[in-house]
Amino acid sequence: MCTYLTEHVDIEGSGKFADGWAATRRATVYFDHPVHAMAEHSLNIDFFAVAGAGAAGTAAPGDAADAAVRRIAVELTPESARALATAIQRALDSAPAGLVAG
Amino acid sequence: MSHDLSASTVRIAGHGGDEIEAYLAAPTDVQSFGGVVMIHHMPGYDDATRAMARNLADRGFAAIVPNLYSREAPGASSDDAAAIARARGGVPDDRLVGDVDGAASYLRALAGSNRKVGVIGHCSGGRQAFLAACSLQLDAAVDCYGAFVVGSPPPESGLTMTPVVDLAPSLSCPLLGLFGVEDKHPSPDDVDELDKALTASGKSHEFHSFDDAGHGFFAVDRPSYRVAAANEGWRHIFDFYGRHLAS
Repeated sequence: MCTYLTEHVDIEGSGKFADGWAATRRATVYFDHPVHAMAEHSLNIDFFAVAGAGAAGTAAPGDAADAAVRRIAVELTPESARALATAIQRALDSAPAGLVAG
Repeated sequence: MSHDLSASTVRIAGHGGDEIEAYLAAPTDVQSFGGVVMIHHMPGYDDATRAMARNLADRGFAAIVPNLYSREAPGASSDDAAAIARARGGVPDDRLVGDVDGAASYLRALAGSNRKVGVIGHCSGGRQAFLAACSLQLDAAVDCYGAFVVGSPPPESGLTMTPVVDLAPSLSCPLLGLFGVEDKHPSPDDVDELDKALTASGKSHEFHSFDDAGHGFFAVDRPSYRVAAANEGWRHIFDFYGRHLAS
């Protein structure tokens, strides 16, 4: 089934898209049909570049100002996604004191 | 019939008169033909859906696939457009109906059209095909494992989709339903409930549920593909449209 469930995450950072680096301010996370992975469902993450590749852009994905869709996409097995989430948390937790706020 | 066809991208008037992209596959070796609006699934206006349209044209029907994500991401690849459409909340039901209406009108205006038009959709498109057939005057509808035609998603799921089974009394045409016994959405119980609702409304319908098949058994590019169910399903589709859309 198409799950339709989508987590929207406001993020701050940069990503390397097909045409180079750009700021990214929005990610979506969802468990649904993949395009490429050989599974009925997968944990999918999309990072969207802000309009115009500048660091200050604020356009939401698909806004008229964001006419050129620029996306980094991954499709992961549930096990891989959990391992990735754990690894991210562990990397942040193990950073030297004072380098990670919050 | 020699199975000759032509296929190309066209521009049509969709909901609200918006110009949207569509893919048209039409037979070139018959004098008169019926038409089918093919609703792409949530993953988008993709290669597999356009191939299904050509399959229908090969059998003598003009098939059109409106790109439901034309507005969100014009010119984008199908998977990027699907991601954008998802990020913006998906396709509203009223817009879907308007786009199908525009696609049906385009088919009826084709030279050679017998003015009969059906609809078909898979997965999310199955629900949308049912919705369209209950909202528009059509001649035949095919629901391939559409989830949440019947029943609401569980509250904890966070899904906001609404069931459309209550529209059954408004169904404008015969309905063919094709389902997998191993599917959970729709489950065999969901299929049974839809069957009963249509019977109670006196609506012509025929359902076929296939063993050893779950959700997405028509999808040749996905692991859910089940060749026996898909072959038999296509046979039912051609037979159904042959009875209701042929000249």
